[in-house]
Amino acid sequence: MKIAVCIKQVPTREWQPRLNDAKTWIREQDASYELNEPDAYALEEGLRLREKHNGEVVVCAAGPARVQQVIREALARGADRAIHVEDDSLASADASVTSAALAAAMSEERFDLVLTGLQSDDQGHAQVGVMLAERLQIPHSTIIMEVQVAPSTGSGQAASLRVKRELEGGWFQWIAMPLPALLTIQSGINQLRYATLKGIMAAKKKEIRKVALPAGLAAAQQIVTLALPTRSKQTQMITGSAPEAAKDLVRRLREEARAL
Amino acid sequence: MILVVAEQRDGKLNRATLETVAAAQALAGSDPIKAVVLGQSVGAVAQELADTVSEVLTVEHATLAVYTPDAFATAVQQVVASAKPAYVLFPHTYQTRDFAPVAALRIGGALITDVTGINGTGQGATFTRPMFQGKLAAEVRHQGDGPRCVTIQIGAFRADAVKRGPAGAVTSVAVEVDASAIRQTPEAPFKEAKQAVDLGQAERIVAVGRGIKSQENIAVAEKLAKAIGAEIAASRPICDSGWLPMDRQIGSSGQTVAPKLYVALGISGAIQHLVGMKGARTIVAINKDADAPIFEVADYGIVGDLFEIVPALVTELER
Repeated sequence: MKIAVCIKQVPTREWQPRLNDAKTWIREQDASYELNEPDAYALEEGLRLREKHNGEVVVCAAGPARVQQVIREALARGADRAIHVEDDSLASADASVTSAALAAAMSEERFDLVLTGLQSDDQGHAQVGVMLAERLQIPHSTIIMEVQVAPSTGSGQAASLRVKRELEGGWFQWIAMPLPALLTIQSGINQLRYATLKGIMAAKKKEIRKVALPAGLAAAQQIVTLALPTRSKQTQMITGSAPEAAKDLVRRLREEARAL
Repeated sequence: MILVVAEQRDGKLNRATLETVAAAQALAGSDPIKAVVLGQSVGAVAQELADTVSEVLTVEHATLAVYTPDAFATAVQQVVASAKPAYVLFPHTYQTRDFAPVAALRIGGALITDVTGINGTGQGATFTRPMFQGKLAAEVRHQGDGPRCVTIQIGAFRADAVKRGPAGAVTSVAVEVDASAIRQTPEAPFKEAKQAVDLGQAERIVAVGRGIKSQENIAVAEKLAKAIGAEIAASRPICDSGWLPMDRQIGSSGQTVAPKLYVALGISGAIQHLVGMKGARTIVAINKDADAPIFEVADYGIVGDLFEIVPALVTELER
Protein backbone atom coordinates (compact mmCIF):
# COMPACT_ATOMS: atom_id res chain seq x y z
CA MET A 1 0.00 0.00 0.00
CA LYS A 2 1.31 3.42 -0.95
CA ILE A 3 0.58 5.79 1.91
CA ALA A 4 1.08 9.56 2.02
CA VAL A 5 1.19 11.43 5.33
CA CYS A 6 0.89 15.21 5.15
CA ILE A 7 2.77 17.00 7.90
CA LYS A 8 3.14 20.60 8.98
CA GLN A 9 5.71 22.40 11.05
CA VAL A 10 4.18 24.69 13.67
CA PRO A 11 5.47 26.83 16.57
CA THR A 12 6.10 24.84 19.76
CA ARG A 13 3.54 24.84 22.57
CA GLU A 14 5.91 26.82 24.77
CA TRP A 15 6.28 29.57 22.16
CA GLN A 16 5.18 33.00 23.36
CA PRO A 17 3.51 34.87 20.51
CA ARG A 18 5.31 37.88 19.05
CA LEU A 19 3.89 39.74 16.07
CA ASN A 20 5.55 41.28 13.03
CA ASP A 21 5.51 45.08 12.70
CA ALA A 22 2.44 45.05 10.48
CA LYS A 23 0.66 42.78 13.02
CA THR A 24 -0.44 40.49 10.21
CA TRP A 25 1.71 37.47 11.08
CA ILE A 26 4.03 36.21 13.78
CA ARG A 27 7.72 37.09 14.05
CA GLU A 28 8.95 33.84 12.61
CA GLN A 29 12.56 34.44 13.64
CA ASP A 30 11.49 34.34 17.32
CA ALA A 31 9.60 31.07 17.07
CA SER A 32 10.91 27.58 17.64
CA TYR A 33 9.14 24.86 15.69
CA GLU A 34 7.94 21.29 15.99
CA LEU A 35 5.84 18.69 14.18
CA ASN A 36 2.12 19.52 14.36
CA GLU A 37 0.82 17.11 16.99
CA PRO A 38 -2.19 15.64 15.10
CA ASP A 39 0.16 15.03 12.14
CA ALA A 40 2.43 13.00 14.41
CA TYR A 41 -0.53 10.68 15.07
CA ALA A 42 -1.25 10.52 11.31
CA LEU A 43 2.38 9.56 10.69
CA GLU A 44 2.28 6.87 13.37
CA GLU A 45 -0.92 5.45 11.86
CA GLY A 46 0.71 5.40 8.43
CA LEU A 47 3.75 3.55 9.80
CA ARG A 48 1.52 0.99 11.55
CA LEU A 49 -0.50 0.38 8.37
CA ARG A 50 2.71 -0.15 6.40
CA GLU A 51 3.90 -2.66 9.00
CA LYS A 52 0.63 -4.57 8.55
CA HIS A 53 0.09 -4.26 4.80
CA ASN A 54 3.59 -3.52 3.41
CA GLY A 55 4.26 -0.73 0.95
CA GLU A 56 5.75 2.67 1.65
CA VAL A 57 5.08 5.83 3.65
CA VAL A 58 5.82 9.14 1.94
CA VAL A 59 5.70 12.32 4.02
CA CYS A 60 4.44 15.39 2.17
CA ALA A 61 4.87 18.94 3.41
CA ALA A 62 4.27 22.43 2.04
CA GLY A 63 6.31 25.18 3.64
CA PRO A 64 9.56 27.17 3.69
CA ALA A 65 13.03 25.61 3.91
CA ARG A 66 12.86 25.33 7.73
CA VAL A 67 10.21 22.59 7.33
CA GLN A 68 13.07 20.17 6.55
CA GLN A 69 13.47 19.81 10.33
CA VAL A 70 10.14 17.99 10.73
CA ILE A 71 10.55 16.12 7.43
CA ARG A 72 13.85 14.67 8.74
CA GLU A 73 12.15 13.83 12.01
CA ALA A 74 9.38 11.95 10.16
CA LEU A 75 11.96 10.09 8.08
CA ALA A 76 13.82 9.23 11.30
CA ARG A 77 10.63 7.79 12.78
CA GLY A 78 10.38 5.50 9.77
CA ALA A 79 8.88 7.20 6.72
CA ASP A 80 10.54 6.02 3.49
CA ARG A 81 10.89 9.26 1.55
CA ALA A 82 9.50 12.78 1.37
CA ILE A 83 8.03 15.39 -0.94
CA HIS A 84 8.56 19.02 0.02
CA VAL A 85 6.75 21.84 -1.76
CA GLU A 86 9.16 24.58 -0.81
CA ASP A 87 8.31 28.26 -0.85
CA ASP A 88 8.63 31.03 1.75
CA SER A 89 5.07 32.20 1.06
CA LEU A 90 3.71 28.86 2.28
CA ALA A 91 4.63 29.75 5.89
CA SER A 92 1.41 31.74 6.25
CA ALA A 93 -0.59 30.29 3.36
CA ASP A 94 -4.28 29.53 3.88
CA ALA A 95 -5.89 26.11 3.50
CA SER A 96 -6.93 26.65 -0.10
CA VAL A 97 -3.38 27.46 -1.21
CA THR A 98 -1.75 24.77 0.95
CA SER A 99 -4.11 22.06 -0.30
CA ALA A 100 -3.57 23.13 -3.92
CA ALA A 101 0.21 23.10 -3.45
CA LEU A 102 0.09 19.60 -1.93
CA ALA A 103 -2.34 18.30 -4.55
CA ALA A 104 -0.11 19.46 -7.41
CA ALA A 105 2.88 17.65 -5.94
CA MET A 106 0.99 14.51 -4.91
CA SER A 107 -1.45 13.77 -7.74
CA GLU A 108 1.01 11.93 -9.97
CA GLU A 109 2.04 9.61 -7.15
CA ARG A 110 -1.42 8.01 -7.08
CA PHE A 111 -1.36 7.19 -3.38
CA ASP A 112 -3.72 4.50 -2.10
CA LEU A 113 -4.22 6.29 1.18
CA VAL A 114 -3.54 9.88 2.25
CA LEU A 115 -3.45 10.73 5.96
CA THR A 116 -3.38 14.18 7.54
CA GLY A 117 -3.81 15.48 11.08
CA LEU A 118 -7.32 16.79 11.73
CA GLN A 119 -6.08 20.37 12.01
CA SER A 120 -2.91 22.36 12.56
CA ASP A 121 -1.90 23.95 15.83
CA ASP A 122 -1.04 27.22 14.04
CA GLN A 123 -3.80 28.57 11.79
CA GLY A 124 -6.11 25.69 12.64
CA HIS A 125 -8.42 25.96 9.64
CA ALA A 126 -9.17 22.21 9.70
CA GLN A 127 -9.67 22.43 5.93
CA VAL A 128 -6.48 21.23 4.21
CA GLY A 129 -7.20 17.50 4.43
CA VAL A 130 -10.77 17.74 3.18
CA MET A 131 -9.84 20.14 0.37
CA LEU A 132 -6.92 17.92 -0.62
CA ALA A 133 -9.30 14.96 -0.99
CA GLU A 134 -11.53 17.01 -3.28
CA ARG A 135 -8.55 18.19 -5.34
CA LEU A 136 -7.24 14.62 -5.65
CA GLN A 137 -10.81 13.48 -6.43
CA ILE A 138 -10.81 10.78 -3.76
CA PRO A 139 -13.34 10.15 -0.95
CA HIS A 140 -12.54 11.24 2.57
CA SER A 141 -13.60 11.02 6.16
CA THR A 142 -12.52 13.17 9.10
CA ILE A 143 -11.58 12.95 12.79
CA ILE A 144 -10.72 9.26 12.56
CA MET A 145 -9.98 7.11 15.63
CA GLU A 146 -9.41 3.70 14.00
CA VAL A 147 -8.43 2.50 10.51
CA GLN A 148 -9.13 -0.96 9.11
CA VAL A 149 -7.90 -1.85 5.62
CA ALA A 150 -9.39 -4.73 3.66
CA PRO A 151 -6.87 -5.52 0.92
CA SER A 152 -7.94 -6.34 -2.61
CA THR A 153 -8.95 -10.02 -2.84
CA GLY A 154 -7.76 -10.38 -6.40
CA SER A 155 -11.17 -11.69 -7.49
CA GLY A 156 -12.42 -8.29 -8.53
CA GLN A 157 -12.97 -7.10 -4.96
CA ALA A 158 -11.19 -3.74 -4.71
CA ALA A 159 -9.27 -2.69 -1.61
CA SER A 160 -11.40 -0.76 0.85
CA LEU A 161 -11.40 0.99 4.18
CA ARG A 162 -13.51 0.84 7.29
CA VAL A 163 -12.82 3.72 9.67
CA LYS A 164 -14.11 4.84 13.04
CA ARG A 165 -15.07 8.49 12.94
CA GLU A 166 -15.45 10.51 16.10
CA LEU A 167 -18.68 12.45 16.48
CA GLU A 168 -19.35 14.98 19.22
CA GLY A 169 -20.14 14.17 22.84
CA GLY A 170 -18.64 10.68 23.01
CA TRP A 171 -20.38 9.24 19.91
CA PHE A 172 -18.63 7.33 17.13
CA GLN A 173 -19.55 5.92 13.74
CA TRP A 174 -18.00 3.36 11.41
CA ILE A 175 -17.76 4.38 7.77
CA ALA A 176 -16.74 2.24 4.82
CA MET A 177 -15.28 3.61 1.61
CA PRO A 178 -13.19 2.44 -1.34
CA LEU A 179 -9.49 3.15 -1.76
CA PRO A 180 -7.85 5.44 -2.70
CA ALA A 181 -9.10 7.71 0.07
CA LEU A 182 -8.04 10.46 2.46
CA LEU A 183 -8.48 10.43 6.24
CA THR A 184 -7.90 13.20 8.77
CA ILE A 185 -6.59 11.61 11.95
CA GLN A 186 -7.60 12.56 15.50
CA SER A 187 -4.94 12.91 18.20
CA GLY A 188 -4.84 9.92 20.52
CA ILE A 189 -5.62 7.30 17.85
CA ASN A 190 -2.41 5.44 18.74
CA GLN A 191 0.70 5.63 20.91
CA LEU A 192 3.46 7.60 19.23
CA ARG A 193 6.89 6.13 18.61
CA TYR A 194 10.00 8.25 18.74
CA ALA A 195 13.01 8.19 16.49
CA THR A 196 15.82 5.81 17.35
CA LEU A 197 19.47 6.66 16.77
CA LYS A 198 19.45 4.11 13.96
CA GLY A 199 16.39 5.82 12.47
CA ILE A 200 18.07 9.23 12.68
CA MET A 201 21.15 7.89 10.87
CA ALA A 202 19.04 6.18 8.22
CA ALA A 203 17.00 9.34 7.64
CA LYS A 204 20.07 11.19 6.39
CA LYS A 205 20.17 9.00 3.30
CA LYS A 206 16.46 9.13 2.50
CA GLU A 207 15.19 11.08 -0.48
CA ILE A 208 13.48 14.45 -0.08
CA ARG A 209 12.04 15.47 -3.44
CA LYS A 210 11.67 19.23 -3.66
CA VAL A 211 8.83 20.64 -5.72
CA ALA A 212 8.26 24.25 -6.67
CA LEU A 213 5.03 25.98 -5.69
CA PRO A 214 2.75 26.16 -8.75
CA ALA A 215 2.26 29.74 -9.94
CA GLY A 216 -1.00 31.59 -9.71
CA LEU A 217 -2.61 30.05 -6.60
CA ALA A 218 -5.04 32.66 -5.27
CA ALA A 219 -5.44 33.12 -1.51
CA ALA A 220 -8.97 32.51 -0.20
CA GLN A 221 -8.53 34.71 2.83
CA GLN A 222 -6.42 37.52 4.18
CA ILE A 223 -5.34 38.13 7.75
CA VAL A 224 -6.16 41.79 8.45
CA THR A 225 -4.66 41.80 11.94
CA LEU A 226 -3.41 39.41 14.59
CA ALA A 227 -3.71 40.35 18.24
CA LEU A 228 -3.74 38.91 21.73
CA PRO A 229 -7.33 37.84 22.39
CA THR A 230 -9.59 40.15 24.35
CA ARG A 231 -10.96 38.79 27.57
CA SER A 232 -14.66 38.07 27.57
CA LYS A 233 -14.76 38.23 31.35
CA GLN A 234 -13.26 40.58 33.88
CA THR A 235 -10.74 38.15 35.31
CA GLN A 236 -9.63 38.90 38.85
CA MET A 237 -5.96 38.00 38.99
CA ILE A 238 -4.84 36.86 42.42
CA THR A 239 -1.23 37.48 43.34
CA GLY A 240 1.09 36.84 46.25
CA SER A 241 2.89 33.77 47.58
CA ALA A 242 1.19 30.40 47.17
CA PRO A 243 -0.31 30.41 50.71
CA GLU A 244 -1.44 34.04 50.33
CA ALA A 245 -2.99 33.43 46.92
CA ALA A 246 -4.66 30.26 48.20
CA LYS A 247 -6.15 32.07 51.17
CA ASP A 248 -7.40 34.94 49.00
CA LEU A 249 -8.91 32.57 46.39
CA VAL A 250 -10.73 30.43 48.97
CA ARG A 251 -12.15 33.55 50.62
CA ARG A 252 -13.39 34.91 47.28
CA LEU A 253 -14.89 31.60 46.22
CA ARG A 254 -16.77 31.45 49.52
CA GLU A 255 -17.82 35.07 49.90
CA GLU A 256 -18.01 36.57 46.38
CA ALA A 257 -18.74 33.65 44.09
CA ARG A 258 -20.47 31.47 46.70
CA ALA A 259 -19.09 28.52 44.82
CA LEU A 260 -17.87 26.53 47.86
CA MET B 1 -28.84 37.29 1.21
CA ILE B 2 -27.30 35.14 3.92
CA LEU B 3 -27.91 31.41 3.84
CA VAL B 4 -27.65 29.44 7.08
CA VAL B 5 -27.06 25.71 6.60
CA ALA B 6 -29.02 24.13 9.45
CA GLU B 7 -27.92 20.88 11.08
CA GLN B 8 -30.40 18.24 12.15
CA ARG B 9 -30.29 14.55 12.85
CA ASP B 10 -33.40 12.34 12.80
CA GLY B 11 -35.63 15.41 12.73
CA LYS B 12 -34.00 17.05 15.74
CA LEU B 13 -32.46 20.49 15.25
CA ASN B 14 -28.88 20.91 16.48
CA ARG B 15 -28.98 23.98 18.73
CA ALA B 16 -25.72 25.22 17.23
CA THR B 17 -27.89 26.11 14.22
CA LEU B 18 -29.70 28.77 16.28
CA GLU B 19 -26.35 30.22 17.35
CA THR B 20 -25.46 30.41 13.66
CA VAL B 21 -28.77 32.20 12.95
CA ALA B 22 -27.83 34.68 15.70
CA ALA B 23 -24.48 35.21 13.94
CA ALA B 24 -26.29 35.68 10.62
CA GLN B 25 -28.50 38.33 12.24
CA ALA B 26 -25.40 40.14 13.48
CA LEU B 27 -23.87 40.01 10.00
CA ALA B 28 -26.99 40.75 7.96
CA GLY B 29 -27.64 44.45 8.44
CA SER B 30 -30.73 44.91 6.30
CA ASP B 31 -30.07 41.83 4.14
CA PRO B 32 -32.54 38.94 4.31
CA ILE B 33 -31.56 35.64 5.95
CA LYS B 34 -32.66 32.23 4.75
CA ALA B 35 -32.03 28.82 6.26
CA VAL B 36 -31.68 25.53 4.44
CA VAL B 37 -32.49 22.20 6.09
CA LEU B 38 -31.21 19.04 4.42
CA GLY B 39 -32.48 15.55 5.19
CA GLN B 40 -35.36 13.22 4.45
CA SER B 41 -38.32 14.53 6.44
CA VAL B 42 -37.38 17.88 7.85
CA GLY B 43 -40.73 19.69 8.03
CA ALA B 44 -40.73 20.00 11.82
CA VAL B 45 -37.18 21.35 11.89
CA ALA B 46 -38.10 23.87 9.17
CA GLN B 47 -41.09 25.04 11.24
CA GLU B 48 -38.84 25.46 14.27
CA LEU B 49 -36.64 27.86 12.29
CA ALA B 50 -39.40 29.61 10.34
CA ASP B 51 -39.83 32.61 12.67
CA THR B 52 -36.07 33.29 12.83
CA VAL B 53 -35.47 33.85 9.10
CA SER B 54 -37.33 35.23 6.09
CA GLU B 55 -37.54 31.85 4.36
CA VAL B 56 -36.67 28.25 5.12
CA LEU B 57 -35.59 26.07 2.21
CA THR B 58 -36.12 22.35 2.70
CA VAL B 59 -34.09 19.88 0.70
CA GLU B 60 -35.52 16.39 1.06
CA HIS B 61 -33.92 13.46 -0.69
CA ALA B 62 -33.37 9.81 0.13
CA THR B 63 -29.59 10.26 -0.14
CA LEU B 64 -29.71 12.92 2.60
CA ALA B 65 -31.50 10.76 5.19
CA VAL B 66 -28.16 9.74 6.69
CA TYR B 67 -25.28 12.20 6.50
CA THR B 68 -22.41 11.59 4.08
CA PRO B 69 -19.96 14.28 2.96
CA ASP B 70 -20.44 13.42 -0.72
CA ALA B 71 -24.23 13.81 -0.67
CA PHE B 72 -24.25 16.92 1.52
CA ALA B 73 -21.53 18.74 -0.44
CA THR B 74 -23.41 18.03 -3.67
CA ALA B 75 -26.75 19.17 -2.27
CA VAL B 76 -25.37 22.36 -0.69
CA GLN B 77 -23.55 23.18 -3.93
CA GLN B 78 -26.85 22.97 -5.87
CA VAL B 79 -28.79 25.03 -3.32
CA VAL B 80 -26.13 27.76 -3.33
CA ALA B 81 -26.07 27.78 -7.14
CA SER B 82 -29.81 28.48 -7.29
CA ALA B 83 -30.25 30.69 -4.20
CA LYS B 84 -27.09 32.77 -4.89
CA PRO B 85 -26.37 33.91 -1.32
CA ALA B 86 -23.63 36.44 -0.57
CA TYR B 87 -22.73 34.47 2.56
CA VAL B 88 -23.16 30.83 3.56
CA LEU B 89 -22.98 30.25 7.32
CA PHE B 90 -22.56 26.84 8.97
CA PRO B 91 -22.41 25.86 12.65
CA HIS B 92 -18.83 24.72 13.37
CA THR B 93 -19.76 21.11 14.15
CA TYR B 94 -17.89 17.92 13.31
CA GLN B 95 -20.37 17.37 10.48
CA THR B 96 -19.67 20.81 9.00
CA ARG B 97 -15.93 20.22 9.30
CA ASP B 98 -16.43 17.00 7.34
CA PHE B 99 -18.06 18.52 4.24
CA ALA B 100 -17.96 22.34 4.23
CA PRO B 101 -14.42 22.60 2.78
CA VAL B 102 -15.53 20.48 -0.21
CA ALA B 103 -18.75 22.48 -0.59
CA ALA B 104 -16.75 25.74 -0.49
CA LEU B 105 -14.37 24.56 -3.21
CA ARG B 106 -17.25 23.42 -5.42
CA ILE B 107 -19.18 26.69 -5.11
CA GLY B 108 -16.00 28.68 -5.65
CA GLY B 109 -16.19 30.46 -2.32
CA ALA B 110 -13.60 31.10 0.36
CA LEU B 111 -14.24 29.41 3.72
CA ILE B 112 -13.36 30.99 7.07
CA THR B 113 -13.76 28.48 9.90
CA ASP B 114 -14.14 28.62 13.67
CA VAL B 115 -15.46 32.19 13.76
CA THR B 116 -16.00 33.67 17.23
CA GLY B 117 -16.79 37.27 16.28
CA ILE B 118 -18.16 39.34 13.39
CA ASN B 119 -16.97 42.89 12.77
CA GLY B 120 -19.26 45.04 10.65
CA THR B 121 -22.10 43.96 8.39
CA GLY B 122 -22.56 42.91 4.78
CA GLN B 123 -19.76 42.86 2.23
CA GLY B 124 -17.34 44.89 4.37
CA ALA B 125 -17.45 42.49 7.33
CA THR B 126 -14.37 40.86 8.81
CA PHE B 127 -14.35 37.79 11.03
CA THR B 128 -12.51 37.02 14.25
CA ARG B 129 -11.18 33.50 14.76
CA PRO B 130 -8.61 31.93 17.09
CA MET B 131 -5.19 30.98 15.78
CA PHE B 132 -2.16 29.34 17.38
CA GLN B 133 -4.29 27.33 19.82
CA GLY B 134 -6.08 30.48 20.96
CA LYS B 135 -2.88 32.32 21.82
CA LEU B 136 -3.78 34.87 19.15
CA ALA B 137 -7.02 36.15 17.66
CA ALA B 138 -7.00 36.87 13.93
CA GLU B 139 -9.26 39.28 12.11
CA VAL B 140 -9.75 37.72 8.69
CA ARG B 141 -11.42 38.73 5.45
CA HIS B 142 -12.54 36.67 2.45
CA GLN B 143 -10.80 37.00 -0.89
CA GLY B 144 -12.31 36.43 -4.32
CA ASP B 145 -15.80 36.92 -5.69
CA GLY B 146 -17.57 33.68 -4.77
CA PRO B 147 -20.09 33.18 -1.97
CA ARG B 148 -18.36 33.79 1.35
CA CYS B 149 -18.48 30.72 3.54
CA VAL B 150 -18.16 30.93 7.33
CA THR B 151 -18.40 28.40 10.16
CA ILE B 152 -19.52 29.75 13.54
CA GLN B 153 -17.82 28.34 16.64
CA ILE B 154 -20.12 26.71 19.22
CA GLY B 155 -20.97 29.09 22.06
CA ALA B 156 -19.74 32.23 20.30
CA PHE B 157 -23.27 33.57 19.70
CA ARG B 158 -26.28 33.04 21.91
CA ALA B 159 -29.15 30.87 20.69
CA ASP B 160 -31.54 32.60 23.10
CA ALA B 161 -30.65 35.98 21.58
CA VAL B 162 -32.08 35.05 18.17
CA LYS B 163 -34.61 37.66 17.07
CA ARG B 164 -37.92 36.12 16.05
CA GLY B 165 -40.60 37.65 13.81
CA PRO B 166 -43.55 36.48 11.76
CA ALA B 167 -42.95 32.97 10.43
CA GLY B 168 -41.27 32.99 7.03
CA ALA B 169 -42.29 30.78 4.14
CA VAL B 170 -41.11 27.17 3.97
CA THR B 171 -40.12 26.31 0.40
CA SER B 172 -39.15 22.91 -0.91
CA VAL B 173 -36.07 22.90 -3.15
CA ALA B 174 -35.27 19.98 -5.43
CA VAL B 175 -31.74 18.64 -5.79
CA GLU B 176 -30.26 15.86 -7.87
CA VAL B 177 -27.96 13.58 -5.93
CA ASP B 178 -26.84 10.38 -7.60
CA ALA B 179 -26.86 7.67 -4.92
CA SER B 180 -24.24 5.68 -6.81
CA ALA B 181 -21.82 8.63 -6.65
CA ILE B 182 -21.78 8.60 -2.83
CA ARG B 183 -18.56 6.93 -1.84
CA GLN B 184 -18.96 6.75 1.94
CA THR B 185 -21.17 4.08 3.53
CA PRO B 186 -21.90 5.03 7.13
CA GLU B 187 -23.04 2.68 9.89
CA ALA B 188 -25.24 3.71 12.81
CA PRO B 189 -23.64 6.04 15.40
CA PHE B 190 -22.82 4.41 18.74
CA LYS B 191 -21.36 5.24 22.14
CA GLU B 192 -18.23 3.40 23.22
CA ALA B 193 -18.67 1.87 26.67
CA LYS B 194 -21.48 3.16 28.81
CA GLN B 195 -20.21 6.34 30.37
CA ALA B 196 -19.40 5.73 34.00
CA VAL B 197 -19.54 9.38 34.95
CA ASP B 198 -21.94 12.06 33.82
CA LEU B 199 -19.85 15.16 34.44
CA GLY B 200 -22.81 17.25 33.28
CA GLN B 201 -24.38 16.60 36.69
CA ALA B 202 -21.32 17.60 38.72
CA GLU B 203 -21.65 20.74 40.87
CA ARG B 204 -17.91 21.26 40.94
CA ILE B 205 -15.16 20.07 38.64
CA VAL B 206 -11.38 20.10 38.99
CA ALA B 207 -9.85 19.63 35.54
CA VAL B 208 -6.22 19.01 34.65
CA GLY B 209 -4.29 19.74 31.47
CA ARG B 210 -0.79 19.25 30.13
CA GLY B 211 0.59 21.34 32.99
CA ILE B 212 0.07 18.38 35.33
CA LYS B 213 3.09 16.84 33.58
CA SER B 214 2.71 13.19 34.67
CA GLN B 215 0.10 10.63 35.62
CA GLU B 216 1.43 10.44 39.19
CA ASN B 217 0.79 14.17 39.62
CA ILE B 218 -2.95 13.73 39.06
CA ALA B 219 -3.08 12.83 42.77
CA VAL B 220 -2.32 16.51 43.47
CA ALA B 221 -5.51 17.52 41.67
CA GLU B 222 -7.50 14.68 43.22
CA LYS B 223 -6.71 15.99 46.71
CA LEU B 224 -8.16 19.36 45.76
CA ALA B 225 -11.21 17.71 44.18
CA LYS B 226 -11.82 15.77 47.40
CA ALA B 227 -11.45 18.91 49.51
CA ILE B 228 -14.17 20.77 47.59
CA GLY B 229 -16.40 17.81 46.69
CA ALA B 230 -15.58 17.97 42.98
CA GLU B 231 -15.37 15.45 40.15
CA ILE B 232 -11.98 15.12 38.45
CA ALA B 233 -11.83 15.81 34.71
CA ALA B 234 -9.25 16.62 32.05
CA SER B 235 -8.47 18.19 28.70
CA ARG B 236 -8.05 15.92 25.70
CA PRO B 237 -4.24 15.35 25.77
CA ILE B 238 -4.48 13.89 29.31
CA CYS B 239 -7.07 11.33 28.19
CA ASP B 240 -5.15 10.64 24.96
CA SER B 241 -2.16 9.73 27.13
CA GLY B 242 -4.34 7.38 29.16
CA TRP B 243 -3.70 9.27 32.42
CA LEU B 244 -7.45 9.56 32.97
CA PRO B 245 -10.24 7.60 31.24
CA MET B 246 -11.82 9.09 28.11
CA ASP B 247 -15.14 9.61 29.88
CA ARG B 248 -13.46 12.27 32.06
CA GLN B 249 -12.68 14.43 29.04
CA ILE B 250 -14.17 17.93 28.75
CA GLY B 251 -14.42 19.63 25.37
CA SER B 252 -15.83 19.32 21.89
CA SER B 253 -14.97 15.63 21.61
CA GLY B 254 -15.87 14.90 25.25
CA GLN B 255 -18.48 16.18 27.64
CA THR B 256 -19.94 19.67 27.84
CA VAL B 257 -20.40 20.89 31.39
CA ALA B 258 -21.79 23.90 33.22
CA PRO B 259 -20.98 23.35 36.91
CA LYS B 260 -21.16 25.89 39.71
CA LEU B 261 -17.37 25.86 39.96
CA TYR B 262 -14.73 24.80 37.41
CA VAL B 263 -11.09 24.77 38.46
CA ALA B 264 -8.69 24.47 35.51
CA LEU B 265 -5.20 23.33 36.52
CA GLY B 266 -2.45 23.62 33.91
CA ILE B 267 -4.98 23.86 31.08
CA SER B 268 -3.94 26.35 28.39
CA GLY B 269 -7.49 26.71 27.05
CA ALA B 270 -7.56 25.72 23.38
CA ILE B 271 -10.96 26.45 21.83
CA GLN B 272 -11.83 22.74 21.74
CA HIS B 273 -11.61 22.70 25.54
CA LEU B 274 -13.28 26.07 26.11
CA VAL B 275 -16.44 25.10 24.22
CA GLY B 276 -16.93 22.29 26.73
CA MET B 277 -16.69 24.36 29.93
CA LYS B 278 -17.14 28.07 29.41
CA GLY B 279 -20.74 27.83 30.57
CA ALA B 280 -19.52 27.15 34.13
CA ARG B 281 -20.77 29.76 36.58
CA THR B 282 -17.41 30.41 38.23
CA ILE B 283 -14.15 29.51 36.54
CA VAL B 284 -10.79 29.43 38.31
CA ALA B 285 -7.62 29.09 36.23
CA ILE B 286 -4.20 28.25 37.61
CA ASN B 287 -1.46 28.28 35.00
CA LYS B 288 2.21 29.21 34.82
CA ASP B 289 1.70 31.05 31.51
CA ALA B 290 0.10 34.48 32.07
CA ASP B 291 -0.92 34.60 28.39
CA ALA B 292 -2.72 31.25 28.41
CA PRO B 293 -6.13 31.63 26.71
CA ILE B 294 -7.85 29.98 29.70
CA PHE B 295 -7.53 33.32 31.53
CA GLU B 296 -9.86 34.88 28.93
CA VAL B 297 -12.79 32.95 30.32
CA ALA B 298 -11.69 32.73 33.97
CA ASP B 299 -13.34 34.67 36.78
CA TYR B 300 -10.33 34.14 39.03
CA GLY B 301 -6.82 33.58 37.82
CA ILE B 302 -3.55 32.71 39.49
CA VAL B 303 -0.35 32.79 37.45
CA GLY B 304 2.05 30.38 39.06
CA ASP B 305 3.19 26.86 39.77
CA LEU B 306 0.18 24.62 40.34
CA PHE B 307 2.34 22.25 42.38
CA GLU B 308 2.78 25.01 44.96
CA ILE B 309 -0.65 26.60 44.75
CA VAL B 310 -2.85 23.50 44.77
CA PRO B 311 -1.39 22.02 48.00
CA ALA B 312 -1.69 25.48 49.58
CA LEU B 313 -5.36 25.54 48.53
CA VAL B 314 -5.94 22.14 50.11
CA THR B 315 -4.30 23.31 53.35
CA GLU B 316 -6.42 26.45 53.35
CA LEU B 317 -9.65 24.51 52.69
CA GLU B 318 -8.91 22.06 55.51
CA ARG B 319 -8.25 24.83 57.98
